[in-house]
Amino acid sequence: MRAVDVVGDAIDNTLRSKARTALTVVAIVIGSFTLTLTSGVGTGINAYINKTVASIGARDVMTVTKTVPAAQDSEAPIAYDPNAPTSSGDSMGGEEAKPITAAELKDLARVPGVLSVEPTLTVRADYVQQAAGTKYQAEVGGFVAGMSLDLAAGQQLGWNASQNQVTIPVTYVQPLGYASNAAAIGTTVTIGITAANGNATTVTATVVGVSVAGFSGGGSLTPNAALSRALYDAQSVGLKEAARTSYPSAAIRFDPAATAAEVTALKARLAAIGYDGATVSDQLGIYRTAIDAVVLILNGFAAIALLAAGFGIVNTLLMSVQERTREIGLMKAMGMPGGSVFGVFSTEAVFIGLLGSAIGAGLAIVAGSLTSGLLAGSLLTDLPGLQIIAFDPVAIGIIVGTVMAIAFLAGTIPAVRAARQDPIDALRYE
Amino acid sequence: MPVPILAACDVHKSYGRGATRFDALRGVSLEIAQGESVAIIGKSGSGKSTLMHLLALLDKPTEGAVELSGHDAAGLSSAVLNRTRNSTFGFVFQQFFLNPGSSVLDNVTLPLRIAGVPRAERNRRGMAALAQLELESKAKNRATDLSGGQKQRVVIARALVNDPSVIFADEPTGNLDTATGAVVEDILLELNRTRGITLIVVTHDEDLANRCDRRVYIRDGLIVDDLTSSAIAAANAEVAA
Repeated sequence: MRAVDVVGDAIDNTLRSKARTALTVVAIVIGSFTLTLTSGVGTGINAYINKTVASIGARDVMTVTKTVPAAQDSEAPIAYDPNAPTSSGDSMGGEEAKPITAAELKDLARVPGVLSVEPTLTVRADYVQQAAGTKYQAEVGGFVAGMSLDLAAGQQLGWNASQNQVTIPVTYVQPLGYASNAAAIGTTVTIGITAANGNATTVTATVVGVSVAGFSGGGSLTPNAALSRALYDAQSVGLKEAARTSYPSAAIRFDPAATAAEVTALKARLAAIGYDGATVSDQLGIYRTAIDAVVLILNGFAAIALLAAGFGIVNTLLMSVQERTREIGLMKAMGMPGGSVFGVFSTEAVFIGLLGSAIGAGLAIVAGSLTSGLLAGSLLTDLPGLQIIAFDPVAIGIIVGTVMAIAFLAGTIPAVRAARQDPIDALRYE
Repeated sequence: MPVPILAACDVHKSYGRGATRFDALRGVSLEIAQGESVAIIGKSGSGKSTLMHLLALLDKPTEGAVELSGHDAAGLSSAVLNRTRNSTFGFVFQQFFLNPGSSVLDNVTLPLRIAGVPRAERNRRGMAALAQLELESKAKNRATDLSGGQKQRVVIARALVNDPSVIFADEPTGNLDTATGAVVEDILLELNRTRGITLIVVTHDEDLANRCDRRVYIRDGLIVDDLTSSAIAAANAEVAA
């Protein structure tokens, strides 16, 4: 029997008993609909993370912290060391990484592969004010040289500019008294800060951009290097020298052309002298791992639905074999090999799988695109560019293929039964 | 004497085992020459259908051998057996066994589809077979929409479509009224006479059997009589004299 006839027969047989086929297909549709949607969520969020990582830039920057010694994890108290400076201000609560001192920055700079080292200056501002307007509480975001922000207006920070530059989040534009995003560009804002000795001081900066929130920050004031230094200095008045020159973390730069293996090797060299290094992509990778885990669990539920649908296929085809006993017997009497009989029935199963998965995936794409559009306009307006459910043709192809494979496996039981049928018994069957 | 196209040599066939064992055939020998028309006659349960199934290579004997053109069928692979049933044999059944959902043409071309003949060629040969039985106009009809006589003619067209050398007919007129049955008999015997197709008819209908060259009577799994028309004619002449 020719392959085209086997497929044609299988399709004809599937459509012969429409109600039964439809019910079996519905079960598969439910499974593949769920599977397509859940994997779509994974695809959507991961695509957003990847896009953010790419747009942030700073591929050649690694944030370095001191490795927390294992002993510190235990309840045992640690002996006081008068020479060990405490971290400046800004406690992150809970476990605290040991600060990096100025001397240690020099050690880091000597590590092969490190091009430059800059300390991360942590600044806690009190408020931001435009002219003599209302003072608003403001957070000063960390910023790594080489990053780029999502901007609604203006331009990126001049990292090495001598001028104090700042970007303000788009949500501050109206409260600070600007008519539009563009109106804020070029104006001067005052940032209030309290020094370690308790005196309140201010620092002024020029607004060069209006930022949009995202994984890269942008939800807070973002200063350039000159402004960071100015704010840090203002904040550190009254601190001891040792405290002032020790930092919770540092940013090191490496060769932008470094391969993944070279980056891993650099991390290993840093680890050898007691530091943890993480690139921007590593930091966002934590989100990715979490999302992948959630998606995996959701996919597990969808897989259970598909397993149930597989039994539906077995049942449908067993009924079909029973109904067509005489027809199968006739074909076998006329010289149809058992292999061809098996082929017709397993193709029928695969066709049912194809129908169910294609319809399910199609519905999921429609439903997902609608939902995603609605959410982007309401719940997720703060994360522009995030399409919560996205569809990857390869992933959908894999889903359809997997469902067809499950259908084939389910179809083997009835197909073997049909192939083994004895023509004489089958022709006598009433 | 030429090699018979089909031969049974001391064939036994039993079903079941132990206390439930049933011997359907208990040592049957039969040779059928190319171009003969043979009626196998017996009551139900006599073993006549079993004998036909063995000759048609649908089943294997428990003991003894079935020979196809002088070769023991037990030595043939299942692929060869399938090919033989597909292209050398044609089957006509009492219950027609037409697929109700398919068109008449698709029913007729089923053996060609099994053989892997391309669609255009299948349809051409199917129409030719239907034309021989004056059913071309029904080609597109559903098989269920036909009368009993038309259905049996479709079945004969299906048996003919592969240009077989043997046609097995199991009670071909059993489901037909006398007039339609006679037409079907005419068609089958005409094929035997004009095209030299060997005809093996299983029946309990004496009228049909009397129109065949040869009658093989079976009772309780044994051949009780094997008469050719010439012998019958001679016997009749004797009675008359």
